[in-house]
Amino acid sequence: MEEILRVENLRKTFQLSQKQQKLEHTREKKRVAVDGISFSAYRGEVFGLLGPNGAGKTTTLRILASLIRPDEGDAWVQGCSVCHEPGKVREKIGFLTSELKLEDFFTPNYLFDFFSQLHSVEPQVREQRKKELFHTFGIENFAEVKVANLSTGMKQKVSLVISIVHDPDFIIFDEPTNGLDVLTAKVVTDFLLDLKRRGKSILLSTHIFSLAESICDRVGIIINGKMILCDTLQQVTNGDTLENRFFQLYNAYAQETGGEQV
Amino acid sequence: MNRKKSPGSGAGGRNVWTIMKKEFARFFGDKKLVFTTLLLPGLLIYAVYSFMGEGITRQFSPDEENPPVIYGENMPASVQTILDQTSLPWQETQDAEAVKEEIREKTADLLLVFPEDFDRQVEAYQTSEEPAPEIQIFFNSSQSSSQSAYTQIRELLDQYETGLANKFDVNRSQETGEPFDLATKEDTTAQVFSMLLPLLLMVFLFSGCMAVVPESIAGEKERGTIATLLVTPVRRWELAVGKILSLSIIALLSGISSFAGTILSLPKLMGAAADSMSASVYGISEYLLLLGLVLSTVLVLTALMAIISSFAKSVKEAGTAVTPLMIVVMFLAITSMMGGGPAQDVLLYMIPLYNTVQSMVSIFSLQYSMVCVGVAIVSNLICSVLLAYVVTRLFSSEKVMFTR
Ligand SMILES: Nc1ncnc2c1ncn2[C@@H]1O[C@H](COP(=O)(O)OP(=O)(O)OP(=O)(O)O)[C@@H](O)[C@H]1O
Ligand SMILES: [Mg+2]
Repeated sequence: MEEILRVENLRKTFQLSQKQQKLEHTREKKRVAVDGISFSAYRGEVFGLLGPNGAGKTTTLRILASLIRPDEGDAWVQGCSVCHEPGKVREKIGFLTSELKLEDFFTPNYLFDFFSQLHSVEPQVREQRKKELFHTFGIENFAEVKVANLSTGMKQKVSLVISIVHDPDFIIFDEPTNGLDVLTAKVVTDFLLDLKRRGKSILLSTHIFSLAESICDRVGIIINGKMILCDTLQQVTNGDTLENRFFQLYNAYAQETGGEQV
Repeated sequence: MNRKKSPGSGAGGRNVWTIMKKEFARFFGDKKLVFTTLLLPGLLIYAVYSFMGEGITRQFSPDEENPPVIYGENMPASVQTILDQTSLPWQETQDAEAVKEEIREKTADLLLVFPEDFDRQVEAYQTSEEPAPEIQIFFNSSQSSSQSAYTQIRELLDQYETGLANKFDVNRSQETGEPFDLATKEDTTAQVFSMLLPLLLMVFLFSGCMAVVPESIAGEKERGTIATLLVTPVRRWELAVGKILSLSIIALLSGISSFAGTILSLPKLMGAAADSMSASVYGISEYLLLLGLVLSTVLVLTALMAIISSFAKSVKEAGTAVTPLMIVVMFLAITSMMGGGPAQDVLLYMIPLYNTVQSMVSIFSLQYSMVCVGVAIVSNLICSVLLAYVVTRLFSSEKVMFTR
């Protein structure tokens, strides 16, 4: 098994602004979002980061995409360090989260070309790829419609397509089906499986257990910034459903730390 | 556009052009934006200044269609002859009090009251011992036709009085066309322009930047579109330079539009003096210097505003945060109105933005030194490179780009 991602002891603390303290009813000045996370993902597999709201999934993925720097630890994407070679990491990955928006003014067609240029994709390759991807996601008819006038689902599909204009080997998706209707969500999950079939490696985060069960080869469960368990899906579920296993793990964790059980 | 990947293009810099093209596509693709930032300022300034100019001219020229209503009591023959030479109509009156009431009510404009034997008294008047005969002029300053009739009559009578003494004449041959004002067309234009234009140009350039920079930087941050750029391999400096260059060019175009509006409407604004004023007194070299200067200035302004906008969480916040910069720029700009001509010390031309104002004063007054203007341009360029470096650092800072 070829290791495509190695994460070692990542730690990230945020300074809470006064506004945020009020918003979250807390007096703490700091928030440990990621608390010493380590794991590996392997080529050709889909790795799912699972966890409740605020567990630190998005923060972990943003560190891996080199958008923010960890306070401690490091991670390597195909051997390139996110701390020391962020430029190379950005060339190798496709990254999609709901907080990355497309400019309303432009059309999918224009944006595809624009981001292809930033990724140094050859024009002939670009046209070929655009045709395929727009077809897969049914964007053809909307290629010349401004993003502002697209539906939420269509916007999400365009964002997804834009994030992989350079045909990366390693793809990081934060909540890929969040806010999508079942039909659009299916198009996206089918596409993820198709990517896997074509040998791509995928790291995604979700709190939808059924999604994880249907496409992940390996899962890591994060609670409060800590990796509670990380193994293959089969090992983790061990005959039970993922949801039940999660509740067991969560209650065990709560007991240990004196938190509230569910 | 070279679509083929040139050898060594991986070294970077190519994305600067890609970013610039996107900014241009965003701006020029939006007809409303182009109209409000590029065309409207020039058109508005032209319209407003022309309108103002016309208003001023009208105020100082007599109204041919509605001649003033002038009354005279005991009008002497000498003054009658003078009035008859002008287009001012008048009538004799015996009831001064009634006319005064009419003037108060604004139905009449002016009343001239002479002593009964005015001409004889004038003739008899020799020494300063006895009092001179008095003419009383009643008018109503709140009525513009009355005020202007007063000014005209006053001038005529003053001339008549001077003529009576006639010990000597000043500039009499002016009437025969001899020129006495020896100022050249260049001098007049240069003096007026060097007072007005540096201030106006700075205002135009600043508002040009204001129209595009906060929107493109704080706006992209606010809408989350800049994060989408930051996950691509585009280097932070490419993004900073691409943005600064393209936004500077757009701001420059907007500034030029306002400037053109000003230059074209200035003759109208200046009214009578317009004959001796023309932007054509400046040669191609002055305009080129000016262009270089303005471009280097716009780069500094754009970069400064980009820094401020990077910290802002929204376009609105950026707009507010830019106010102190505006005050500084306006303060520097009014140093051009303080007279005394441009700064002489070359060292002063190293201070960004201040050097722009002083260089503009020197160019418009046609007293510029190539060295000083050159120093100013180079200093502004160096300054904008340093500022672009700061913008690059800000784009790389997660605190600045991703703080909630
Ligand atoms: N930029 C930031 N500044 C301050 N606090 C932050 C910041 N980003 C995240 N946090 C905090 O860190 C914690 C982890 O957030 P994160 O977004 O990683 O959680 P998540 O697992 O993605 O949750 P969700 O399922 O809601 O998306 C949260 O408590 C959040 O409030
Ligand atoms: Mg999240």
